[in-house]
Amino acid sequence: MAVINRLIFPFSYLPLEKEKLGMPLLEFTSKGIYCKQADVYLDPWRGVDKAIISHGHSDHARWGSKHYITHEVNVPIIQHRLGKISVTGKKYGETFSLNGVQFSFHPAGHVPGSAQIRVEYKGEIWVFTGDYKTQIDGISTPFEPVKCDTFITECTFGLPVFQWEKPKNVHDSINQWWAKNQTEKTSSLLMGYSLGKIQRLLKHLDPSIGKIYTHGATEHMTQVLRQFIDFPETELITRDTTKKEVEGNLVLAPPAVLGSAWVKKLGRLSKGYASGWMAFRGARRRRAVDRAFVLSDHADWKGLLSAIKATGCENVITTHGYTDLFAKYLREQGWNARTEKTQYEAETPETVAAE
Amino acid sequence: MRRFAALIEQLDSTNKTNQKVAALANYFKEAPKEDALWAVALLSHRRPSRPVTTTLMRQWAAEVAQLPEWLFEESYHIVGDLAETIALLVQQDAVGSPPSLSQCIEEIIALKPQEEEEKKAYILNRWQSLDNFERFVFNKILTGGFRIGVSQKLMTRALSKAVNIEENILAHRLMGQWSPATTTFEELILDPKPEDQISQPYPFFLAYALEEGFQEKEAVENWHIEHKWDGMRAQLIIREDKHFLWSRGEELITDKFPELDCLAEILPNGTVVDGELLPYKEGHIGDFNALQKRIGRKTVSSKLQKDIPIVIMLYDLLEWEGKDVRPLPLAKRQELLTALYKKTKGEGVPLLLSEVLHFSSWKEVAKERERAQEMRSEGLMLKHKDSPYAVGRKKGTWWKWKSDPKTIDAVLTYAMRGHGRRTNLYTDYTFALWQDEELVTFAKAYSGLTDAEIKQVDQFVKKNTTDRFGPVRQIKPELVFEIAFEGIAASPRHKSGVAVRFPRILRWRHDKKIADANSLDDLKQLLP
Repeated sequence: MAVINRLIFPFSYLPLEKEKLGMPLLEFTSKGIYCKQADVYLDPWRGVDKAIISHGHSDHARWGSKHYITHEVNVPIIQHRLGKISVTGKKYGETFSLNGVQFSFHPAGHVPGSAQIRVEYKGEIWVFTGDYKTQIDGISTPFEPVKCDTFITECTFGLPVFQWEKPKNVHDSINQWWAKNQTEKTSSLLMGYSLGKIQRLLKHLDPSIGKIYTHGATEHMTQVLRQFIDFPETELITRDTTKKEVEGNLVLAPPAVLGSAWVKKLGRLSKGYASGWMAFRGARRRRAVDRAFVLSDHADWKGLLSAIKATGCENVITTHGYTDLFAKYLREQGWNARTEKTQYEAETPETVAAE
Repeated sequence: MRRFAALIEQLDSTNKTNQKVAALANYFKEAPKEDALWAVALLSHRRPSRPVTTTLMRQWAAEVAQLPEWLFEESYHIVGDLAETIALLVQQDAVGSPPSLSQCIEEIIALKPQEEEEKKAYILNRWQSLDNFERFVFNKILTGGFRIGVSQKLMTRALSKAVNIEENILAHRLMGQWSPATTTFEELILDPKPEDQISQPYPFFLAYALEEGFQEKEAVENWHIEHKWDGMRAQLIIREDKHFLWSRGEELITDKFPELDCLAEILPNGTVVDGELLPYKEGHIGDFNALQKRIGRKTVSSKLQKDIPIVIMLYDLLEWEGKDVRPLPLAKRQELLTALYKKTKGEGVPLLLSEVLHFSSWKEVAKERERAQEMRSEGLMLKHKDSPYAVGRKKGTWWKWKSDPKTIDAVLTYAMRGHGRRTNLYTDYTFALWQDEELVTFAKAYSGLTDAEIKQVDQFVKKNTTDRFGPVRQIKPELVFEIAFEGIAASPRHKSGVAVRFPRILRWRHDKKIADANSLDDLKQLLP
């Protein structure tokens, strides 16, 4: 039936299969993505009794729920962010059942501990991606496609203008930039998201160039992850750290430090910023950093399309990012695709600094 | 091409003037001279004429990227820049090596007369032979308009460092209409021949807006005060029995104003004057819209000439008896100019002299400023009596003291994404006023908000879109802004029936609801 629908009505918004029959397995409510049968929410944006969490970023793992279930690597991450919470950790592929509904986590490749959430009930399978990327970043378990009927996908970078370069090239140019700054007695301030991006950058820095310093926000999260991942050594910048010590070395920090007194104390700096949004010249110029590196923890256009194909799904629901355009394109390509509103922040060129 | 693209990338990645100058100077020193000359041309808005339409470029790019056209267009709306959109969409591994900048531009020039198929083959091939940023620069050269935060002044300063020639001299040499296709770095910049320079204008001297506290510090008698006439600034050159009229945008506009041809005979050779083109009929200055009509036409009919005759209101004398008199003090130049005017004045001579006004106090000056609208000026100019005629915009000796703008509270109704630095932010706004129960569009404005406010409005736009028309979003009417503008005139071409000049956002009126915004009738009250 679905196949026929796709052939006859490729451009219209079609109700998904199960919706026609009655209740969908996952529905979009004012609190979050809800599985009624299991009475559980996926990445809810309000406090609920039971929440299954895809990964540790603050728009997906929010405060206020009574109990959290997440991937085991994500447990210390959300404990670090949310404080004392009741949380259960699961392995990738480990199935757990709630009122007859089977749940499992599968690698999303977004950040360490990030997972797609697979939901199966009476032979029907839905997958909610949270955020994901198809590139291998060296710190997160690589993305694995999961067969499903309905795929709920992010599409932060769901526009064909986004095509990521090989990460190795980006990391090489970061190390070259650092080495060059060093010859000019300038320190390198490298900025990115505290969870995920910073550790990915750190993992590929060349410690033979010099010492790696960190800002408090990035140091703490990195410490949390050191139990799982080998990273080059880092040193936290304190009140006692002098300009002379930092000179020619590299400092990792969140973008929010730009313009702060903390940055001014670092002495002569070249500022670098790593984000997928740096693909846009306008975003690069607005940010006014010395070097912009295009490096994202989200799938690019081709990554999204290949991920969707690999699931073998019939239905696609796009949640955050360029949702309408992406869904329209998918419909043209024959998928039954639609958009749902969520409160996940499609990281925008403007909000990246707000983290 | 590689070197030039690297330069643009360097210029893009800093907002420090010194670093920009250093990068440019370095380029001018190291690049082959023919490339350096093209770089100077491009950075002073001289580009080869467009060999293909952007419509074709869009089609080809969509084809290479295997995308439906609608998705290409949506991508363009989001990226905000066509050259960049194409560069991003046709990404592929670079094959072959890129040509030099001058070689590439020569190819582009040679492309113009060719058949569409050949054009397409060439451009697709180039897209493939360039890396991402080079492709962007290539597309920019094709489509025009380098907005990279490098003013002509900055470029001239860098060039001056590179070739060791004084900035003012260089600024003069770079004026007017020239093309690397017909000159060389040597001839234009290093060692120009005087006979090639008879049409060469001087760089315009521009004033800053008057700063606070000026009147307390300065004695009124040291200042030459005149009205800032509301027309079009221009420079008239008489050399070797020929005359050349230049606009401030360095366009040769001699042909648009045939009534000034007679000045080639009336004024002596070796004379250059700075003045304002004004519509002037039966002893009265016309309004700016009339002049606009003249500028807008490709050919000037004799009817139009009769309906809207043009004169030059003289401000200053730059060259006299073949000598550059710009370094003389203003008072001295004025003496010469007045004498010249008195000698030439006569029935039908399209010249007026901007009257120098005399005041004994700043209070009187302020009163005169109030008369701007009635005088058909934009306000006053204050020039120090000892000031030389300098180059470009300089602080200290020339000031403009414009009339206070008129203001009105309007409702934000549409928004469009910005360009350049403001790409992917909604920064271009349309404002409306009440007419009965309806909001009627009256102006667009792009500037006046802080970066933080732009972000807030951008967020609002994204959350409160009620409809979309390509790049334009219709927004729920909720935000009220105070809009300032310079002039106002009745206009049948506008839906509101009124055209305002230089509308800009004065402030965001958080304290006002849309019901408190002004009506179209309020605006019409301001019509002269």
